[in-house]
Amino acid sequence: MEPSNPKTVSSAASIDAKEVAKFAAMAEEWWDPAGKFKPLHEFNPVRLAFIRKHLLAHFSLDNRARKPLSGLRLLDIGCGGGLLSVPMARLGARVTGVDAAAPNIAIARHHASQIGLDIDFRHNTSEQLLAENVSPFDIILNMEVIEHTADRHSFLSSCTKLLAPGGIMIVATLNRTAKARALAIFAAERILRWLPPGTHEYEKLVRPEEIKVPLEELGLQVTGPFGVSYNPISRQWSESSDTSINYMMLAKKNA
Amino acid sequence: MEQRTRKYDALIAGGGLVGLTTALALESAGLRIAVVDTASFETQLATKFDGRASAISFANMRMLDALGVRKQLTTNIGPINQILVSDGRPGDGLRRGGPGPYLLHFDRDELQEPDAGEPLGWMVENRHMRIALLAQARKSQNITLIPETRIRQKQQEHSRWQIRLDNGQELIAELLIGAEGRSSPLREAAGIRTHEWGYNQWGVVATVEHEHEHHGIAHEYFLPAGPFAILPLSGRRCSLVWTEKPAAAQFLQSCEQEFFQAELERRFGDFLGKLTATGPRWAYPLTLMAVEQYTAPGLVLVGDAAHGMHPIAGQGFNAGIRDAAVLADILAGNLRNGLATDDATALKTYEQRRRFDNASLLAATDMFVRLFSNDIAPIRHLRGLGMSAVDAIGPARRFFALEAGGGIGSLPNLLRGELP
Repeated sequence: MEPSNPKTVSSAASIDAKEVAKFAAMAEEWWDPAGKFKPLHEFNPVRLAFIRKHLLAHFSLDNRARKPLSGLRLLDIGCGGGLLSVPMARLGARVTGVDAAAPNIAIARHHASQIGLDIDFRHNTSEQLLAENVSPFDIILNMEVIEHTADRHSFLSSCTKLLAPGGIMIVATLNRTAKARALAIFAAERILRWLPPGTHEYEKLVRPEEIKVPLEELGLQVTGPFGVSYNPISRQWSESSDTSINYMMLAKKNA
Repeated sequence: MEQRTRKYDALIAGGGLVGLTTALALESAGLRIAVVDTASFETQLATKFDGRASAISFANMRMLDALGVRKQLTTNIGPINQILVSDGRPGDGLRRGGPGPYLLHFDRDELQEPDAGEPLGWMVENRHMRIALLAQARKSQNITLIPETRIRQKQQEHSRWQIRLDNGQELIAELLIGAEGRSSPLREAAGIRTHEWGYNQWGVVATVEHEHEHHGIAHEYFLPAGPFAILPLSGRRCSLVWTEKPAAAQFLQSCEQEFFQAELERRFGDFLGKLTATGPRWAYPLTLMAVEQYTAPGLVLVGDAAHGMHPIAGQGFNAGIRDAAVLADILAGNLRNGLATDDATALKTYEQRRRFDNASLLAATDMFVRLFSNDIAPIRHLRGLGMSAVDAIGPARRFFALEAGGGIGSLPNLLRGELP
């Protein structure tokens, strides 16, 4: 599928009407805060607040502006249905969202066109994007993706090359600890059913130093990890000092 | 360029006390707001429109200060330094009326850091509050007041309401806020059910001038027909809320001045010297209302549209102010995080935070009314005992004083006096 203005997607003759209807239904599901992706919707505010805080600090942006990210190019890797791409576009960023799963891209495009946002969603991987010679990005969001990659080093290397000088990449993932295995895999997939069984494999989870060391070797300055934890009583996520399950890191490239 | 429909983050239906407070709170959170009211905004400023006064808790006054409203109130506010609760008795041939022995005494001196030095609350006549809110709202470029019209048609599509008003105007808003009071048309259109119950009581409201200084002391006596509250206004005046059975209340509202004066003196007592009832009298039925939901897709309810309280503790407007403060924090978060104004996860958080607070208040005021609105001797005796017990235990009393002032729990930014 050609990357195109999302508004043209639904009218493109090459797309089967039944397929469009299917993706429209799936988009409803992705974006239904009470539906299948409810855990992700509940998780979203804490990630968004973290991203905003660090982007504003890194680029010295105006906290009172409605669109503080105006003029910045942002890449959302593993964008799924667009749960991060859409808020980033609303904050003014020029967003490119890529996902290795074609249906996700169709869903994201459908949703963005409905709400009238211009976001460049592409069925692509970071390696392919690099091969296409796109101009580098000021911001890369690398959220909950690295634990699904086959070749972590090649992935981190291509991300680094996609980052513009003076740019910042935010990485979020699950730690490889006994606690993460018990809570983030066993409890989340089998008991709470937040995620489909098999979403995460323990062996593929990544420890902070397994991101920090290669990124530093690639020339980035890495800070973190910053922990995120869940309060089951208030059902709210918040930043915390506990990095044993969910954590985030910042990687900056010299200008 | 083609004519563009004006876009707002939120449209508030209802420009009364809570509607305008909500508009100012959300504007301080960075939102663009339209307020639609069926009447002209000047209508509610008329002396005859609303004779009531509100006791604004100190935390809520901090918020009104942060929003610039307090400055507009100038000298039209008076502090409440103490609240004396007692089991009163109307005077008869044998004894004088007025307050009985005090059962509960709340004093501003009991407030501790960070609230030390604040009065328990402030008395403001609703008319002055409306003037101040309107003046402040008119100063804001991000608040558009649209008078004398109502929503004729509305259609929601993907986080956007397309709205057509009765005056033909069309506009777009991401969120609708119902602030039209008890009989909220937006709430009814959303199919949100309500539960109402009455007390077979009405409240008679009047302003009374008196000879002596009141020193900012509020009195609440519990008389057989219900509570009788004397609330200190600016100057040597107080606002009276006098509960009676419906027929008696309607009679008191319309009866001859001499008769009203005699009945007043019989209950009020003479501790403030000579009394003169001034201005018109009002009578309102006292009913409670709870809603099944505070939100629906793209809709939020605030103030009396979401909860109707017994005015016994003066909590109706205060609860509305807190609705506005919590909503401002939540919508400020949405705006900052790039989420839609009507983000459903965020609206659910509003519902969770407000439901508990409002339901507790409803239950507490309901219990108060039931406990105090009867004249069965053993119950009179018991409640005397219960209130004296609360009064004797310092920490418990401080807790009640704080809660009456609205200083308990994790406060939204505006109630701490900070912008969201």
